[in-house]
Amino acid sequence: MLPGLLLIAPALLAIALLYVVPLARSVIFAFVDEGGGLTTAHLRTAVELYGRDVVFTVLVALASLILISVVSIAIAGYLTLGATPWAVTALRWLYRWPLFIPFIVAGQTARSFLARNGLMNGLLIDSGLMDPAMAQSLLDWRGLVLTFAWKQVPFVTLLLAGAMASIDRSTIEAARNMGAGRFRCLIEIVLPQVRGTLLVGLILSLVTIMSVLSVPMMIIAGNPTMMTSMMAHRVTYYGDYAVANALGLFSYLITAVAAYAYLRMTLTQHTEGAR
Amino acid sequence: MALATLARRGAANLLPAVMIGLCAFVVFGPLTNLFLWAFAEKWFFPARYPTEYGFDFWQRVFRPRAGAWTSLFNSVWIALATVGLSMALAVPAGYALARLMLPARAFIMLIFLLPQAFPSLPIFVNIAHMFYGLGLNGTYTGVVLVHSLPGLVYAVWIATAAFGAVDRTMEEAARNLGAGPMRTFRDITLPQAFPGLVAASIFVFLDSIDEFTGTFFVGTPDISTLPILMFNASMGGNYQIASITALILLVPSIGFMLVIERFLKADVLSRIGR
Repeated sequence: MLPGLLLIAPALLAIALLYVVPLARSVIFAFVDEGGGLTTAHLRTAVELYGRDVVFTVLVALASLILISVVSIAIAGYLTLGATPWAVTALRWLYRWPLFIPFIVAGQTARSFLARNGLMNGLLIDSGLMDPAMAQSLLDWRGLVLTFAWKQVPFVTLLLAGAMASIDRSTIEAARNMGAGRFRCLIEIVLPQVRGTLLVGLILSLVTIMSVLSVPMMIIAGNPTMMTSMMAHRVTYYGDYAVANALGLFSYLITAVAAYAYLRMTLTQHTEGAR
Repeated sequence: MALATLARRGAANLLPAVMIGLCAFVVFGPLTNLFLWAFAEKWFFPARYPTEYGFDFWQRVFRPRAGAWTSLFNSVWIALATVGLSMALAVPAGYALARLMLPARAFIMLIFLLPQAFPSLPIFVNIAHMFYGLGLNGTYTGVVLVHSLPGLVYAVWIATAAFGAVDRTMEEAARNLGAGPMRTFRDITLPQAFPGLVAASIFVFLDSIDEFTGTFFVGTPDISTLPILMFNASMGGNYQIASITALILLVPSIGFMLVIERFLKADVLSRIGR
């Protein structure tokens, strides 16, 4: 046992100093006042000043996750069940690109692409699909949802398509032979079998959405905005780590709720399976 | 008859064609936009497209002693140092996790999973707060350390999977033939795990090159990397400089996307997280 411990000790020490200590500090300093006593003042300030931003963050995250699930299921489903070989090949090549593009670059492209005078509106107007008077900026919650989805759909699709490829083809063939359409097959046969993978992908996406700072800072100019942006604002403009940490607690809480829901769901699945 | 078949085939291909076209627009539309801005000399409202193209802004970005060169060198050096530090810690840790007896192995794996399972922004904020007291804010050491947190997590996961995929019978054969443990590790284990370790290094390098949040809290305003340069240009309304920097940032990402599958084999990939 000793050689193993010796080999892993440096990495553990590094993770303790760079992760466990800051994590503990982020929780503790949300409750400690200047004199060193316990207080809930920071939490109250956070709710008072940034309550709207917390609600905004939750709504944007939910909307993003819904969009991510729908598009990922559609793409992964087509990759698994699609009947047009050239289209499947093209889609497989296409969908991965945003995965390798840094968030900060995605933020910059969204900032100029989705603006009122951006390229998207320009192309839509020129193709006759949109009236110039209808052009509006998408640089609000919609821009955030679109950018988060643009970045995370390839990730979730990659996981989903992998899971779909490894399920038993015979159930699909059987359903197809009985006359089930492709769409019904996807919803009733394939999707229930990859539900766990989808949930893992969505939780990891939620953590990403709650962690990314550059995208909300670049897309949203005013209020309300994402909690990440407000935490940075609190630290850089006021040097107020206490309220920033209190806000951080809310972001842990939101992720923890999602993780708890996932664990409960998998646990009930296991007990059902055991029966 | 032939015409009817052709028409039917055309109709069957129409819907997929529209769908692929839409996907291509969604994926490449924003990227095209980036290219237009990078080469736009003049693009003012109400013009819907640039009115003049050219390389003026490229010259401004790349003239000697311009900020872009400093940021580029900073980014590359910080990324290389992050790879060095992360791999130096992760290779022994990955070997121990994959092959040796460890107490509470599941707990240790969990600790290396946690940083990806919870939002990282409060962590970066508190690292900056700690580093401020230690005088590490605005130093290269500080930035390399903060980049090593996500780096170490990826590196440990992939290194563990890579060592786990090594064929043990070959090691046993080497030992039976009289090779010592160090020689067996050097000549048998390491070469087999090597592609996985290269993949881990690539991931850590990319993650560090693209890292924004940690650098924003720990490095600025003293240390500027490419993402920080891009962010400042964009917030200052200089979309040309921002787009050119963004294109530079895309080069390693796209380049590695094309080679990563060669290093990250399916047998290693399927073991990540175990």
